[in-house]
Amino acid sequence: MLRWLVWRDLMLAWRRRADMLSTVFFFVIVVSLFPLGIGPETQLLRTIAPGVVWVAALLASMLSLGRMFANDYHDGTLEQLLLTPQPLFLVVLGKTLAHWIIAEVPLVLIAPLVGVQFDLSSETLRILFVSLLLGTPVLSLIGSVGAALTLGLRGGGVLISILVLPLYIPALIFGSGAVEASIMGTSPAPHIYLLGAFAIVSLLFSPWAAAAALRISLE
Amino acid sequence: MSPGTYIQLTGPNGSGKTSLLRILCGLLAPAEGKIKWNGANIRSLGEEYVADVTYLGHRHGVKEELSALENLRITNALNGVEVSIERALAVLKEMGLAGRESLPARLLSEGQRRRVGLARLLVCNTKLWLLDEVLTSLDKGAVALVRSLIENHLTGGGIAIVATHQELELSAGHTKRLELTT
Repeated sequence: MLRWLVWRDLMLAWRRRADMLSTVFFFVIVVSLFPLGIGPETQLLRTIAPGVVWVAALLASMLSLGRMFANDYHDGTLEQLLLTPQPLFLVVLGKTLAHWIIAEVPLVLIAPLVGVQFDLSSETLRILFVSLLLGTPVLSLIGSVGAALTLGLRGGGVLISILVLPLYIPALIFGSGAVEASIMGTSPAPHIYLLGAFAIVSLLFSPWAAAAALRISLE
Repeated sequence: MSPGTYIQLTGPNGSGKTSLLRILCGLLAPAEGKIKWNGANIRSLGEEYVADVTYLGHRHGVKEELSALENLRITNALNGVEVSIERALAVLKEMGLAGRESLPARLLSEGQRRRVGLARLLVCNTKLWLLDEVLTSLDKGAVALVRSLIENHLTGGGIAIVATHQELELSAGHTKRLELTT
């Protein structure tokens, strides 16, 4: 069942490639604006790189979160998903997984490439990739709760940001902290472990919270 | 309600037909009272109850980007019924959609999209059908088709509750009418 749900969402995303590409372009452009604005001061660029790339990833995921349930809500397929004979948290988990593959994985893949603009070493780029790989599932998972809560509201896009961005702060601190540690030449491992722990905690709680929020939104 | 019962819900706009159906399928919690299925509260039955029910709302639940064939197969797979391509094609043909199976649903007319949604009734093996205004934008042929679908369902021991403004003169099962007032 989960397989069909993820496959369906991936196929829908493929048929609407423009939505997916706009998120990636947004990320690339936001990250690129900083080196262009600051100029070739490599020391300063290296210092701000972790924060800039991570904040850009958070903002880019804001763009796609609103669509996570909204399209299904408007054509009535979300009601049908609620009435399928499996626990709702599994449905939410499937949709979150699809969201991660569609909206976050492209960012993770392209991040080392845009990171080059900040004069980062290949080792640091590798840590950037790992930190995003562990951190972006957190964005999708916590984001699913925000998306479910704001479903069907007018101006839901802004509301999602206000609800969800503060909850992203631990991921932002540990994610950019890992990259920073690597730039300073210390071990990024503690940050990575904490980020992993945070990912597991959000995996345990978010699907249930989002499922409860969906039930309320659809009543 | 005994097997083979058909209940036609009528009433003016805003009288609560849709709300009643949504309560019956468990999307909406009743303000008071309980809905029981085989003697147990549907809230405690959960997925077990949902597996016995097919609900079609007035939003037809058809994905515009997917073709009729994909819509039918995916909706059923999500409900635990895997439909082979041959079977799905046969069902769509029966629903009068032959030749349009692979078109994205957004290119279909309103009535054809409705038919794609209704095609589910041919493959599902649920006992209780809750149909909300499913006859809107259907032509005479399609209404006759829906009627025969419901008749077959009732003959097979199923139950159907249909909210509609159009009379469906069924030859099978026993018909009850429930008129809601505001």
